[in-house]
Amino acid sequence: MALDSKTDTRPQQFKVVGTRPLRPDGIDKVTGRARFGADMSAPGMLVGLVLRSPHPHARIRSIDTSAAEALTGVHAVVTRADFAPPADPGVADVLDNCMAGDKALYDGHAVAAVAAISGKVARQALKLIKVDYQPLPHVTDVDAAMAPDAPALHEGRADETVPAGMSPNVMARHEFGHGDIDAGLSQADRVLERSYRTEATHQGYIEPHACLATMAPDGQADLWCCTQGHYMVRNTCAAILGIEQGQLRVTASEIGGGFGGKTTVFLEPVALKLSQKSGRPVKMVMSRAEVLRATGPTASSSIDVRIGMTRDGRITAGFAELRYQGGAYPGSPVDMGSMSAFAPYDLENVRTVGFDVVTNRPKQAAYRAPGAPMAAFAVESAIDELARGFGLDPLDVRLHNAAREGTKASYGPTYPAIGLEATLRTAKDHPHWSAPLGPNQGRGVACGFWFNFGGDTCVSLNITPDGTVTLSEGNPDIGGSRASMSMMAAEELGIPYDRVRTVIADTGSLGQNEVTDGSRVTFAVGLATIEAARAAKREMCKRAAQVWGIDEDAVIWEDGAARPAGPNAGQHPPMSLAEIAAIASNTGGPIAGHFEVNAEGAGVSFATHMVDTEVDPDTGAVKVLRYTVFQDAGKAVHPSYVEGQFQGGAVQGIGWALNEEYIYGEDGILQNPGFLDYRIPVASDLPMIDTVILEIPNPGHPYGVRGVGETSIVPPLAAVANSVSDAAGVRMTSLPISPPKLLAAIRSGGS
Amino acid sequence: MSKIHVTTTINGDPVEYLCDAEETLLDVLRDHLGLTGSKEGCGTGDCGACSVTVDGRLVCSCLMLGAEAAGREIGTIEGMAKGDQLHPLQRKFIEQAALQCGICTPGILVAAKSLLDHNPDPSEEETRYWLAGNLCRCTGYDKIIRAVLDAAKDMREAS
Repeated sequence: MALDSKTDTRPQQFKVVGTRPLRPDGIDKVTGRARFGADMSAPGMLVGLVLRSPHPHARIRSIDTSAAEALTGVHAVVTRADFAPPADPGVADVLDNCMAGDKALYDGHAVAAVAAISGKVARQALKLIKVDYQPLPHVTDVDAAMAPDAPALHEGRADETVPAGMSPNVMARHEFGHGDIDAGLSQADRVLERSYRTEATHQGYIEPHACLATMAPDGQADLWCCTQGHYMVRNTCAAILGIEQGQLRVTASEIGGGFGGKTTVFLEPVALKLSQKSGRPVKMVMSRAEVLRATGPTASSSIDVRIGMTRDGRITAGFAELRYQGGAYPGSPVDMGSMSAFAPYDLENVRTVGFDVVTNRPKQAAYRAPGAPMAAFAVESAIDELARGFGLDPLDVRLHNAAREGTKASYGPTYPAIGLEATLRTAKDHPHWSAPLGPNQGRGVACGFWFNFGGDTCVSLNITPDGTVTLSEGNPDIGGSRASMSMMAAEELGIPYDRVRTVIADTGSLGQNEVTDGSRVTFAVGLATIEAARAAKREMCKRAAQVWGIDEDAVIWEDGAARPAGPNAGQHPPMSLAEIAAIASNTGGPIAGHFEVNAEGAGVSFATHMVDTEVDPDTGAVKVLRYTVFQDAGKAVHPSYVEGQFQGGAVQGIGWALNEEYIYGEDGILQNPGFLDYRIPVASDLPMIDTVILEIPNPGHPYGVRGVGETSIVPPLAAVANSVSDAAGVRMTSLPISPPKLLAAIRSGGS
Repeated sequence: MSKIHVTTTINGDPVEYLCDAEETLLDVLRDHLGLTGSKEGCGTGDCGACSVTVDGRLVCSCLMLGAEAAGREIGTIEGMAKGDQLHPLQRKFIEQAALQCGICTPGILVAAKSLLDHNPDPSEEETRYWLAGNLCRCTGYDKIIRAVLDAAKDMREAS
């Protein structure tokens, strides 16, 4: 999140960056050849399955696995008793989530696992495991969990930020802001106070979690899995199993979507333990019901907002209290929600207070800009209501208050060059903004912000003897990043894109790489790739200097070749990359460039979304008619995949706004653990999603790149709600805006 | 219970296998025949990632038993390209960035080919409704729909 400036932002001329070449994994993925998590097998492989709690909250008195172990074809049974207690409390929570200890904390919590010769035998074995549960009172709603008499999941785990006397389910309190809220509110012509709610949604990746584990008695282990970060998998599994990180090699499969949900482990430590006990490779694949009951989802939220505005649209103060439940363990993204809620605005008086709350639900996992969409829904809805109340243009109001270079952000730092204003002005000038609307139709806008991250990154770029280039990087490619890396390497080396092949290396081949998250890959791995290419260029210049018998400082790299720098270097014909590569053996050996960094300077990113909806007044159904995304990409390396990130985020946000929700019954059981009832947007729900890429260079990246993956899910919740409000004349403060909810609001004349 | 012996045709090749009575066609393709291009996203017929054709009809292979394939003509993603020649839909998907993670892509391609086999000139709305049974979580469908419509146009012009 550091905002330090380390490169200049002069406009650059690119030859490869900004074009749209074919992705290197394209053919594998359209022919079915690409191997995802569940597509790998090994000789002698067993099938692993998990037994899950049918109770939302229960003490586990005992587990009797003897009958399952005695079943022919069963080779291992694992419970929590097979794992030593980890020293680190964070790792202990991850283990507890993978395999329950004293208590089952949610419907679907893993309590035991088996490995057998087939799925059929494994299913029989699960039925033979006898768990003696003592059901306990449960709570799944965030506000109910904060009540003084709420059932407590954990005692004494609240950190020192939580005021005395709060429910033991409150794990942490966060506060951000500056100025004087009361003084600011007193200057307003209107103070709006509203409460908002959002439901938990699942990342909804189409590929269920899957892995194939082999662990030998000497502690050496190999793991194949679908993950956003195989180095994280290695480190976490090693900590849980008490083995050395270097002994566990993790290979990332192709990954069938993640969106943050594959940034932790679920099956992997269990599969390794089953393999260790059975002495055989063990493959585990979740069902969709398991994915929905026990992985992801995001936090649900309850948010109170107080905003003061003058009649000319100036926000005088903004306050929000955010309460997020993050499931059964501490760590909901309420801190990031609190930091991002007012981030798009230049406010003298701003404060947010966030409470991290535990409930009897699956442990939340990161979901695309974790914590920010709910906060933006609340704040952007309130700003919209105030603007419309004064008869002001909602884009003008946002422009009037927009954060710019030099603005002190509500969460602390001062912004360098940012693109929010550019997105707003472009939106205002876009034909979408002035297009006519029909009856029962409305238009809404909203802004969104995301921090973007950098982090530990390690890449290796190797020049082959025939003058092609292989780039090894350590971040699973979720949406075309191999193409972007090849492009940046080709750009820097001055060679064609198709001369570079990028591969995702296993954990034995590179140093530590952080997870593919925080929209970090194109920024941080791109930065490391460029620097690795520069290192290779320096070496190639040195080799040319050696051949020419001149000083290496007298050689420059230009247009894919080493050239003498100026007349004093003498007259030598340029040596191309291929020519230098061909004689590398005689000039000192193989040529490679590598780069290791904890990347800082990931530029923050802003977007403005505009959406038209039509409301059916008889059913409450909402149809999305037109959608346009305006977002700052810094520099779009491969514009097609930047557009794809904008479109995908917008549509996930549409789903969150209109359809998707975790529905728990009074019994604490998830009622919709399948894609039929947990309904993500389908093709017939949607129009085309138009995109406008803005490029305000990020000073922290050599080519100006900013992460683009997450910001796009931040505005749509509010943009859709504001559009529906415009169409239906009622303000919806609770998501999803499902037909029965909207119909009830229309019939009662307002919510 | 003993296994069932099935003789069938997959992507034009004669195939024989033994399967349990409760195994789905998807289980057979993936676990017995090594045809892992068809994916299991839900196992309940809601996501379309396992789409195949059975005697030319679009089917979720997770909703059909392996034993039911006897005597049928099964088409999977592995049979879509002819040798080293990609189908126009496959080419368009790569050219137009109509995939991100790629897990839904085989099912969507099989379903889209089935659409174009039935209707060489679909409207955008017809395409959206035909593909409504194929979930994609990455793309928002925009580039997928455009790629299918463009491939249909190319195929019409080539025929």
